[in-house]
Amino acid sequence: MALSRIIGCLLLAAPLSLLAANPKVSEFKLDNGLKLLVQEDHRAPVAVTQVWYKVGASYEHGGITGISHMLEHMMFKGTKKHPPGEFSRIISANGGSENAFTGDDYTAYFQTLEKSRLPVSFELEADRMRNLKLLPEEFTKEQQVVLEERRLRTDDQPRAKLGEQFSAVAFTNSPYRNPVIGWPDDVSRLTVGDLSEWYQHWYAPNNATVVVVGDVNPNEVFKLAQKHFGPLKPSQLPVVKPQAEIEQVGLRRITVKAPAKLPYVVLGYKTPVLHGAVEEWEPYALEVAAGVLDGGNSARLESRLVRGQQIAASVGTGYDLYARMPSLFMIEGTPVQAKTPVELEKALLEEVRLLRDEPVTAEELDRVKAQVLANKVFERDSIFNQAMQLGTAETVGLGWQRVDEFVDKINAVTPQQVQQVAKKYLIEDRLSIGYLDPQPIPEGQIAPEDRAPTGGAHVR
Amino acid sequence: MYANKLTGLLFALLAVWAFGAQAGPKIQTWTSTNGARVYYVPTEGLPMVDIRVVFDAGSARDGAQFGLATLTSGLLDTGAGQWNADAIAQRLEGVGARLGTGVSRDNASISLRSLTTPKLLEPALETLREIIQHPSFNEADFEREKKNLLVGLKQREESPADLAGIAFFNNLYGEHPYAHPKEGIIETVEKLTRQDLQTFYQRYYVAKNALIVIVGEVDKAKAESIADGLLSGLPAGEVPPPLPAVTQPTASKTEHKFFPSAQTHVYSGVPGIKAGDPDYFPLYTGNHILGGSGLVSKIFEEVREKRGLSYSAYSYFYPFKVEGPFMMGLQTKKGQSDEALNVMQKTLRDFINAGPTAKELEDSKKNITGGFAMRLDSNSKLIDQVASIAFYGLPLDYLDTFIGKVEAVTPQQIQKAFKARIDPDKLQSVLVGADGPREK
Repeated sequence: MALSRIIGCLLLAAPLSLLAANPKVSEFKLDNGLKLLVQEDHRAPVAVTQVWYKVGASYEHGGITGISHMLEHMMFKGTKKHPPGEFSRIISANGGSENAFTGDDYTAYFQTLEKSRLPVSFELEADRMRNLKLLPEEFTKEQQVVLEERRLRTDDQPRAKLGEQFSAVAFTNSPYRNPVIGWPDDVSRLTVGDLSEWYQHWYAPNNATVVVVGDVNPNEVFKLAQKHFGPLKPSQLPVVKPQAEIEQVGLRRITVKAPAKLPYVVLGYKTPVLHGAVEEWEPYALEVAAGVLDGGNSARLESRLVRGQQIAASVGTGYDLYARMPSLFMIEGTPVQAKTPVELEKALLEEVRLLRDEPVTAEELDRVKAQVLANKVFERDSIFNQAMQLGTAETVGLGWQRVDEFVDKINAVTPQQVQQVAKKYLIEDRLSIGYLDPQPIPEGQIAPEDRAPTGGAHVR
Repeated sequence: MYANKLTGLLFALLAVWAFGAQAGPKIQTWTSTNGARVYYVPTEGLPMVDIRVVFDAGSARDGAQFGLATLTSGLLDTGAGQWNADAIAQRLEGVGARLGTGVSRDNASISLRSLTTPKLLEPALETLREIIQHPSFNEADFEREKKNLLVGLKQREESPADLAGIAFFNNLYGEHPYAHPKEGIIETVEKLTRQDLQTFYQRYYVAKNALIVIVGEVDKAKAESIADGLLSGLPAGEVPPPLPAVTQPTASKTEHKFFPSAQTHVYSGVPGIKAGDPDYFPLYTGNHILGGSGLVSKIFEEVREKRGLSYSAYSYFYPFKVEGPFMMGLQTKKGQSDEALNVMQKTLRDFINAGPTAKELEDSKKNITGGFAMRLDSNSKLIDQVASIAFYGLPLDYLDTFIGKVEAVTPQQIQKAFKARIDPDKLQSVLVGADGPREK
């Protein structure tokens, strides 16, 4: 199907500054090394605090995978000053919402509060940055919770299961081969001692960035940070070894069988990211390539494979240029019922070939840029996402300023550059392909090791 | 998609409904010439606007053709006026606009988010108008979308959580139009025709059955012209009849279904309350203590914090047009699902018998009122609120009076309302997982 007829009016001439200037970010550093970033947003009397630590799954070594995430759970389980659960009760009584998340490259904690309650979050976060008390009885229960979380997110999700094993095949030695939540055997054998050591290593003001976005005054926030975080002692941080992935020298394939109803195909190409990029423009060109393939309903995969050829029921592309280490440019799809995964794989590879062999059209490029420009404004509707972007860029080692540069850098990308990165990175030698091979879902059978079914008396 | 592996501590259903307000936004409202209601809230600070058109055309209007509302909604942006799906997508994405269509049990909505620069906004509005007023329902698009919906329905069968949710609503609602899943089921979707969709569209996508919400940096005159432009070509049509009443269960029922998963997914509940129910505030505030406040609720405490039985554990009221569910949920590994269900049900029973303590209520109120500002701190949240108020006919000062009503709730009112609405001896429970019995 021809993709060409362009009707919309593309307004790329308008620089972002005419629509909404980048918000001002104030940067502070405490004597103990803690970094503070403050962005004002006065639309509502609210502020979000996020505390980012430079530690995550990609800092872990074999045998203790999942430890960063496990420790994240334990960070709610008490300090010398506050017993288990009190952190959450205090935030709740102040009307706050809170949580935490762990990724490959970071562990982060957050509270959203009415702006006058900011000291509450600073006091509690400063306390648990250095004074965590790891109680064995709490750990034992929480380990079960994390194993339930793993069953929920991975073990019982056929596509997540494929994703986990796919990463382990696509990467040979990069720590990105390990799941954030950890391998089950590792998680179930973690000890309080392991966690204590991990905490001592990484939880220190000189390994943390505090981000505040909201209806606040930057200098007042700085004073507050000095008061609460200032007295904390810095640590001698471990040296992070690079663990650079060895060069891939040929196509890799994996099939995962799981009880499922549909097949599913994933492609992943090894690609550079902003951090450590030799050519800074390349990750931006890859980002544009992802947009050309999957930036909405007008993009190539949706238009050609879902609608035109009707090979795919759904498609997607993913590329994270804010990762800490070289990562994957992912393409995934579910074939329609009349087509096989092999046919879908072929069609996806053909779209990648076209990116290599022909420059993208000016219209497509303009459409991607128009969306990037608009998204930059839309993103600002959420103070949480604003803080996320600053925290991520800072924590992976890029510096928050990169967030501001994004629109201009994307605008500078040319069709030739998109083709160049496709030729260089979206090639078979850098490719891994994964298939989900659906297995029949047994009905009305007792699982192998099962005894008499529990609760059978309740059956209607 | 795997590139961004995030795993958060809490996985709780978010209550999309309940809110508070010290001083809520000033909602301006009027009726368009052909009878559609318009709700408008101006905002400042970002050059963007959110527009949502809502029809009483959710899956509760499917009749026996389960999936009809969903497929009708799904066809809207695949062809309209002179444009095909490619042209529509190019027109919108070329100006950076985002279009969304979606269906719930109660309604169908079409949303647009756009920058307000006229050269960007006008093409987006023109496209939206054609999608609302002149969808094509082409045969080829229909066949493709139907096939893809069927693929989605098949995929649902690999998820024990989805299967448990479907069984839960089925058991709770029986013959009521809330009983079936909003996406339909394979047997009924297979039979749908293009003509069915057109008939549904003509019946329900009419002005008297529509409301429009506009939130963003546009002035009132612009909001008026947006509303007129989008809806004025729609026939006035008729308001559909009210949904039938919900029958309360007469006895408790627990259903086990086998699924070869590591975890068993557990839901338990009864039909709860309508939107605007007079007991809403005692029930909402009380449930906040019981299972609605994330990391500190009683159910979370008993199931997860004390026993490590589940990653998420919660209870919520979901007020719908007629009685929406009161629903408790958790997931736990094989072999302990009965124990976990018992803990959850006992927590409910104890809460109803004893009522909340003064301290629990005080803490709960502090969380709700102290967190009020966060419920309205973005245009996205604002339009969700206003659309709820509009669709369910809540008073325009609903957000302004919310905090006062929460503050006024007493422990006695909570206990009385729970006793009147939730009979722990009538709970409908579903467990889907490897604890399930042999069916043959």
